[in-house]
Amino acid sequence: MRRQREAIQDPAAEAQLFKRRALVAFSLVVLLFVIILFNMYHLQVRSYHEYQTRSEGNRIKVVPLAPNRGLIYDRNGILLAENTPVHSLEIIPEQVANLEKTLTELAELIEITPEQQQSFLQDVRRQRRFNSIALKEQLTEQEVAILAVNQHRFPGVTLEARLSRTYPFGDLFTHSIGYIGRINNNDLQRLREQELAANYAASRDIGKIGLERYYEQLLHGTVGYQEVEVNNRGRVIRTLRSDPAISGKDLILSLDVGLQLTAQQALEGLRGAVVALDPRTGAVLAFYSNPGYDPNLFVHGISSANYNALLNSSDRPLINRVTQGVYPPASTIKPHMALVGLEQGTITPSTRMWDPGYYQLPNYSRRFRDWRRWGHGWVNVYSAIIQSCDTFFYDMAVKLGIDTISDSMKQFGFGQRTGIDIHEESAAIMPSRGWKRARFNQPWYTGDTVSLGIGQSYWTTTPLQLATSTAILVNRGESVVPTLLQGTRFQGAFDGVSYQRQQALTVSDPSHWQVILDAMEQTISTQEGTAFRAFRGASYSSGGKTGTAQIVSIAQDAEYDADALDERHRDNAMYVGYAPAVDPTIVVAIVVENTGGGGSTAAPVARQLFDYYFSAGVNQ
Amino acid sequence: MNDVISESQRPRGLAIFHIDTPLLLGLLALMGFGLVVLYSASGQSQAMMQAQLIRLGLALAVMVVFAQISPLTYKRWGLPVFVLGLLMLIAVLLVGEIGKGAQRWLNLGFVRFQPSELMKLAVPLAIAWFISNHNLPPKLWRLLLGFVMCVIPTLLIAKQPDLGTALLIATSGIMVLFLAGMSWRLIAFIAALVSAFLPVMWFFVMHDYQKRRVLTFLNPETDPLGSGYHIIQSKIAIGSGGLQGKGWLQGTQSQLEFLPERHTDFIFSVLSEEFGLVGVVLLISLYLFIIARCMLIASRAQDNFSKLVAGSLTMTFFVYVFVNIGMVSGLLPVVGVPLPLVSFGGTSMVTLLAAFGILMSIGTHKRILASS
Repeated sequence: MRRQREAIQDPAAEAQLFKRRALVAFSLVVLLFVIILFNMYHLQVRSYHEYQTRSEGNRIKVVPLAPNRGLIYDRNGILLAENTPVHSLEIIPEQVANLEKTLTELAELIEITPEQQQSFLQDVRRQRRFNSIALKEQLTEQEVAILAVNQHRFPGVTLEARLSRTYPFGDLFTHSIGYIGRINNNDLQRLREQELAANYAASRDIGKIGLERYYEQLLHGTVGYQEVEVNNRGRVIRTLRSDPAISGKDLILSLDVGLQLTAQQALEGLRGAVVALDPRTGAVLAFYSNPGYDPNLFVHGISSANYNALLNSSDRPLINRVTQGVYPPASTIKPHMALVGLEQGTITPSTRMWDPGYYQLPNYSRRFRDWRRWGHGWVNVYSAIIQSCDTFFYDMAVKLGIDTISDSMKQFGFGQRTGIDIHEESAAIMPSRGWKRARFNQPWYTGDTVSLGIGQSYWTTTPLQLATSTAILVNRGESVVPTLLQGTRFQGAFDGVSYQRQQALTVSDPSHWQVILDAMEQTISTQEGTAFRAFRGASYSSGGKTGTAQIVSIAQDAEYDADALDERHRDNAMYVGYAPAVDPTIVVAIVVENTGGGGSTAAPVARQLFDYYFSAGVNQ
Repeated sequence: MNDVISESQRPRGLAIFHIDTPLLLGLLALMGFGLVVLYSASGQSQAMMQAQLIRLGLALAVMVVFAQISPLTYKRWGLPVFVLGLLMLIAVLLVGEIGKGAQRWLNLGFVRFQPSELMKLAVPLAIAWFISNHNLPPKLWRLLLGFVMCVIPTLLIAKQPDLGTALLIATSGIMVLFLAGMSWRLIAFIAALVSAFLPVMWFFVMHDYQKRRVLTFLNPETDPLGSGYHIIQSKIAIGSGGLQGKGWLQGTQSQLEFLPERHTDFIFSVLSEEFGLVGVVLLISLYLFIIARCMLIASRAQDNFSKLVAGSLTMTFFVYVFVNIGMVSGLLPVVGVPLPLVSFGGTSMVTLLAAFGILMSIGTHKRILASS
């Protein structure tokens, strides 16, 4: 039966069966093609915009372009901070047939250390083969020349030039201009908080200190963008659109290179600070702290050996002595004290007093000694300033009392930041009852007040504060804000800063100002004056006040013997001055550490500055 | 046996050389379009174009040779070749060479050879021979035996692992059984069995990379930089082509190499990006024309063996197309199947055109067969 059925063939039925099956199969083909086409319609027509956008996002990358940093000039247009091309030797591995051979041949031309070679090979392994990788940075001019001549031998080897900040005057402007350095995590976080991070997308460096930091936003400029087409590995195929970066503004400072050099020469081998400003505006003419350091070291990242040397140097070159050096003002504030005394009626211009060479508080045995052991004899306010009589001011300080002194001196700006346009500034200390309570948890003693009269005790100031307070004297009560910036220049257009003057101090009798200024002028012009010798023969008139600050207190009966003291404990020499005597255009404050008398070491520095100032016609 | 052909039935044109003209024209049109796309997809590589042209010429020659061979000969040699192929597949697993992480190549000393390609033809021939020796529809035990003949090579190839080819070979075998008239009830039963078997496959048979492909297919956006990247970039290429495409050589996804494997498995995405939906419709029309022509040849064939072989080879060709397009457009998981006659590639092109040679043989030898 089974066999029989096997034998029977029905070709027609079988053909029919196959046709049906073939039709089913072909219908399936058509159905599945329809599904594919429907899916294509969905992708290419209905979702076209979504995929179009994603496709553009794939291929278009936005590359930020770094703006050129603004330059910095002195008042005469001399470049103080510039952008110079630094050359680096770079290799695109993809374009080099035999990397090893190329490296060997290059090493025959210029010196390539094993470390440089190693870090290069490391980068080669890490980066894409079409990226340019630096083999040696900061090439010397000679190396650049050698490589340029031989470049045809090395396909894929390029000399890349990048702009890098340089400070041609080295340490001369370190403490004013500061320097820039690589953007670090802290900088980045600050930029993010200020929502400026986008503007730094292409920037490597940022102002770290000084004017470079203070005017970062002016100097930096605005980032540009370039829209490029990239492939899947990020290689740039072509540029689609470009929006150039806008350079930063150039800064023109009121500083004068000549005055700076004068200050540097005067302080050579010494520790100290010089600041000079125009009392009419607050424009800073000289700003120098010695010793300094070379800011160029910081631009490319300072080596830890160099940095530790700076950090650990006993001369403390990193301290900006003009604004961060805090010194007892010593006798330089006697004119200020005298003005307060006149105003408070403690003394009159004709009040006389006998100076036996010391001052004693009633009922106290301790003697506050005058610098002249035998005393100045009869003194009034003029001679007390001219000869820098201590006893006169001990007495006046006690009569004024701590509260009046503290309040009045704060009006001169002591104990407060001057507001100069760099961030590195100390407020120093103008002591008061409250301050001493907070600081030492002790009441104020009258004994403390006595030495305040000669700018000792807890009182400290910065050289800049001495200069601005002296400016208030010569401006007869009006204060200025010391400003290093004179103006900015952008695309040829100069935009000057607007200087502000403020009434810091009002007096009941304006003639009191003249008393003080006359006394300061006579400090120079009369033979008894402490600065007479320093200014003898000057071709201009000027006024000033010397100071000699004790660093350690001398025991009651001991002699001050400079030779016996450790060098660091010797007196600081101070000087504040102005010129010309009438309508002054320059005020200086000078501190020279551990060199003794203000008249003998600090005043001559001022003399040199004034001499240069008038002979060179600065600020005319 | 004689060669008497009646006057009215005398073959015209190329049929004298056993060439089916409409099919040849369809294939040439597709190859031409394919070359245009490949020029763009290869990044305008002269070398690649040259290689592809040589390969196409060689494959066409193979097709012509295969067309000359009588279906009778195919029927006679189906089983021996199948057995040989099976032995070689086993040999590959034992001593085969590894290329691209899979063991597919057999080194015969003078030539490197992929036995799985041979099986693409041997499996349908052998099963069709086996089934067509008896009445249609076949008995259940024959179906089962035919199924076993199909499953053994499929598993051997899947183990290499080469999921794409395994899928194609399974299709070619099962299509023979389907076209032979296996009952719908049995089909439903097998479908149920397969769906029950899927979890077993997942846990015991599939390789990790295969599982990953499936997972990625189900949700490519979860892994945009890993294995989902291919699918996402491919869909972006297709979608951004829009209706009319970005223009020849203008596809940003393909020219900038965001598209992976752009000249091989993902060449359809290049076409979609540069020629848009219009190009896609054209391509699918060409495929549909070729498949329709082949189905016609199958249904006109005069014996069951020829019908089954022709139908099976046609459907396998379709599965090629469908799996490739489904994969690159996100309808199916990524399985390494090239777009037939368009993708850049060697062995599979020759096998494909050999299949078309067999189809042409079936289409043009029927008088001779009828008289035998």
